[in-house]
Amino acid sequence: MSDFGSRISDCGLNFAARGMSGQVASRRCHSAMGCQSAVRGLAGLVGVTLLLSAWPAMAKAADTATLNSSFAGVIDEVQPKIAKIYGAGGFRGLEPYQSGFLVSPEGHVLTVWSYVLDTDFITVTLNDGRKFEAKLLGVDPRLELAVLKIDAQGLPCFDLASPAVAGTGARVLAFSNLFGVATGDEPSSVLHGSVAIKSQLEARHGVFETPYRGPAYILDAMTNNPGAAGGALTDRQGRLLGMLGKELRNSLNNTWLNYAVPVEEMAATVAEIRAGKFVERPTDAGAAKRENALSTDLLGLVLVPDVLERTPPFVDQVRAGSPAATAGLRPDDLLLFVNGQLVQSVKAISAEMARIDRSDMVQLTVLRGQQLITVELVASPERSDGTE
Amino acid sequence: MNGVPRPTIPGAELVRAPTILLPRSEFARIPLCLVVTLGALLSSAIARAEVDEAVLQAESQRVTVMAKAREATIAIFANGGQGGGSGVVISPDGYALSNFHVTKPSGDAMKCGMAHGTLYDAVIVGVDPVGDLALLKLFGRDDFPHAELGDSDHVQVGDWAFAAGNPFLLATDFQPTVTYGIISGIHRYQYPSGTLLEYADCLQTDASINPGNSGGPLFDSQGRLIGINGRGSFEKRGRVNVGVGYAISINQIKNFLGCLHAGRIVDHATLGARVASQDDGRVIVADIVESSDAYRRGLRYGDEIVSFGGRPIRTVNAFKNVLGIFPKGWRVPVVFRRKGQTFETLVRLAGVHGTEELLQKLSGKPADPDQPPPPRRGDKPPDGQPPPEPMPLPPNASAHAPPPVPEIVKQHLEARRGYANYYFNKLNRDRVWKQLVARGDFAEFAGPWVVKGEWLGAGEAEFSFSNEGAMCALPGGMLTFTAGDSLADATDPPASGGLLAALYLWRRLLVGGPDQFGSLDYYGAAPFASHDVASRQGGLVDVLIGSSGGVECQFGIDAASGRLLVLEMFLRSDDDPCELHFSDYHEFEGRELPGKLEVRYGDGLYGVFKLTNWTLHKPAEDTP
Repeated sequence: MSDFGSRISDCGLNFAARGMSGQVASRRCHSAMGCQSAVRGLAGLVGVTLLLSAWPAMAKAADTATLNSSFAGVIDEVQPKIAKIYGAGGFRGLEPYQSGFLVSPEGHVLTVWSYVLDTDFITVTLNDGRKFEAKLLGVDPRLELAVLKIDAQGLPCFDLASPAVAGTGARVLAFSNLFGVATGDEPSSVLHGSVAIKSQLEARHGVFETPYRGPAYILDAMTNNPGAAGGALTDRQGRLLGMLGKELRNSLNNTWLNYAVPVEEMAATVAEIRAGKFVERPTDAGAAKRENALSTDLLGLVLVPDVLERTPPFVDQVRAGSPAATAGLRPDDLLLFVNGQLVQSVKAISAEMARIDRSDMVQLTVLRGQQLITVELVASPERSDGTE
Repeated sequence: MNGVPRPTIPGAELVRAPTILLPRSEFARIPLCLVVTLGALLSSAIARAEVDEAVLQAESQRVTVMAKAREATIAIFANGGQGGGSGVVISPDGYALSNFHVTKPSGDAMKCGMAHGTLYDAVIVGVDPVGDLALLKLFGRDDFPHAELGDSDHVQVGDWAFAAGNPFLLATDFQPTVTYGIISGIHRYQYPSGTLLEYADCLQTDASINPGNSGGPLFDSQGRLIGINGRGSFEKRGRVNVGVGYAISINQIKNFLGCLHAGRIVDHATLGARVASQDDGRVIVADIVESSDAYRRGLRYGDEIVSFGGRPIRTVNAFKNVLGIFPKGWRVPVVFRRKGQTFETLVRLAGVHGTEELLQKLSGKPADPDQPPPPRRGDKPPDGQPPPEPMPLPPNASAHAPPPVPEIVKQHLEARRGYANYYFNKLNRDRVWKQLVARGDFAEFAGPWVVKGEWLGAGEAEFSFSNEGAMCALPGGMLTFTAGDSLADATDPPASGGLLAALYLWRRLLVGGPDQFGSLDYYGAAPFASHDVASRQGGLVDVLIGSSGGVECQFGIDAASGRLLVLEMFLRSDDDPCELHFSDYHEFEGRELPGKLEVRYGDGLYGVFKLTNWTLHKPAEDTP
């Protein structure tokens, strides 16, 4: 039965119904240890989900017919707002597609910021089968969101200004093009489930991998599948609750977390991006920064000045006697990977470093001429941000 | 899953199921679980007291529906314990559906456990390897609990649905596991996995379908059977459900059911054309085989497919969905557009595989090991989308050699190349023949037959036909056909496609019966290919397929009335048949004979004949 270990977020109702709560409890203990409070409040999750999720949401409904009725009507209203997004990928298990949804009648599409959008050719297919070339208006790496714009008018859309909210036990529907099942005018897939809890997501890099830290809907359904990121989470009336996040896996115990970022967390940023006023918050400063975050400086690396939107992260100098020098890094090395994560700009390096604790070993892969070189190093303890 | 006990299956035809409990130890390992369990129990008791009556009613409705649906669900165990899966009984006499990939490891015989605790012997009836379907027959009673077939074309995304079955072979006590979810998608096309398997027009559900659920039923909220579960998207999370399972739609299964009852290895269909989508959303013919029926019906490169099988076509997937729901040999309406002009026609679908090719693929030996298998229909999944996997369970390595095939299975099993079980072909051929004979037994009229009447719009007509051949006297003159070793050149009268030879073969069947006709088998059920567009939605006919004198003949017999409605004679395999449409049946000496004959060849109507005056002779005593 060990296979079920991969379904942490599904541990509420299903197992309880099968009388296997003992297993759930033990499973949860493991994962709580493993993910270092990846979900604050997860400790209460099993109990809360078991006790509250089924009944309160249903008890408000009026009659038996409503309770057993189909979601078809609601789904028909939501589907025209869902978009299929195609872009970069298509190799090494990276799906070249993801999901999104319309947030303005004139063609603003909200989706997740991912490698899929890392191309000049982003295609958005609407529910009616129409295909559009999309322009990337802006991204917020902190929220992992991106806003696309297609050239169209009078589209059905969600209104981010008046979001719905849902508490534990609320029935939800998840709309996405998971596994790229739908093409053309085929409608996206719909999964149903309940909100297990709305809680703080603090998924530390290296265990669960996401930069997003903030409130999230944790779901008891397998919503976050390949291609599902950017899809819409709605309540049973079809009102937007949030955007489905990426696949989130705990690398220690191989469990998967299904979550969505609430609308109210994203609305202001989306408005700023649409207005052209959005300034990317530097992720290695301010509130989002780790208290003991790593930086290139701590390693003894000086990168080229960040003058372009995507400045290639070449090493400008290596301080003598620094960990970088000891590891054999040299000026003109091009940084490609930080802990296996592709970094394509000086900004990306800063962001990536900010997620790593300075006491942890970090693995860097650089391109030197035609040669790929991987080194492992630890920041020198005596030097810190404060000495500069 | 090694911890799950395997069922021990005695060889007896009917045995009481041993109730094997799951290991309990895992459940109570940690004290915390007790707290949680107690808490859950207490709290649900409290909650129950406050629950709206409507909620309890909804729950009890669901419980009732599921209890009934469970009764029809079967747990399949291969004879000898080599894996297994699920299935569902669909008739009181024990016909049951499952996946081909579930029954394949079992061979011809398997054991099926039902929720009331009895294990039944079952035999394979027919298989559809491409569509992953198998039809079984259970033995032991004539009042099996069975599922009512629903209508999957009326299923909507968001409808509640539930699956019953034997996930991870848990049903060692034959009690099915029920999982509940919604329909996540309809008309889904899933690319072939491997060389054969293809899920077209399937239902997608988030009900938790796992390995072992394969072959089991997907029910709607009323407990009507809407699909057979068989595939899931798994990818990187191990072989457990991730909220994405697929079921073969019951309406596709209804199309194949007649062919499965025929004991056949049924092939899927191809139009003989490849289609591609254009940027403007049109689906056009990108390639077409010139020997295909579609080409003869006028379909050409560059034509836009407007609708196919009665459904509008706007994506390549939609086209493949339609193609996937029909067995080889069916005639399906196609509407296409060229330069603003719209054409509508009926196209006869050819097989995806050659007969030998299909058998070779099934036996796992490629026709030519040096040649890679040819790509089919341009089936290349888009980048990054692996085809979902079927969900077989690994065979039990410790299983011993299969026990001997039970006697009841042996009695219902006849091996023949190209068939899953020829016993059921004979059974149905004889059933249809009996129906035909009930409308008129012509065995004693072995002498010449003469019929006089009118060729509408042309003038008087007279036909006479016997064991030796046929002749006709028509307004254009007289023509004679003499039956020889081969009928392949018997195309007279010109432009009729071989009316005289067809009449000769019609009489040959009615007088000589299946045994003397040549070869005669049961094809299954097919739509009655009426050329009247308005009546095209008519039901299915039983089809007998035979060959005599080197030509193929198909007889379409109305299942309700037992009347022969159509005879199609194919003088050559790459040409259109001569079609005789019989109607307006009248009584003649206690037997029924047609009063009207419509003759068609290709796209043309050769003529409509009113047949008024029949004379049927018994053989003269002095002629052998």
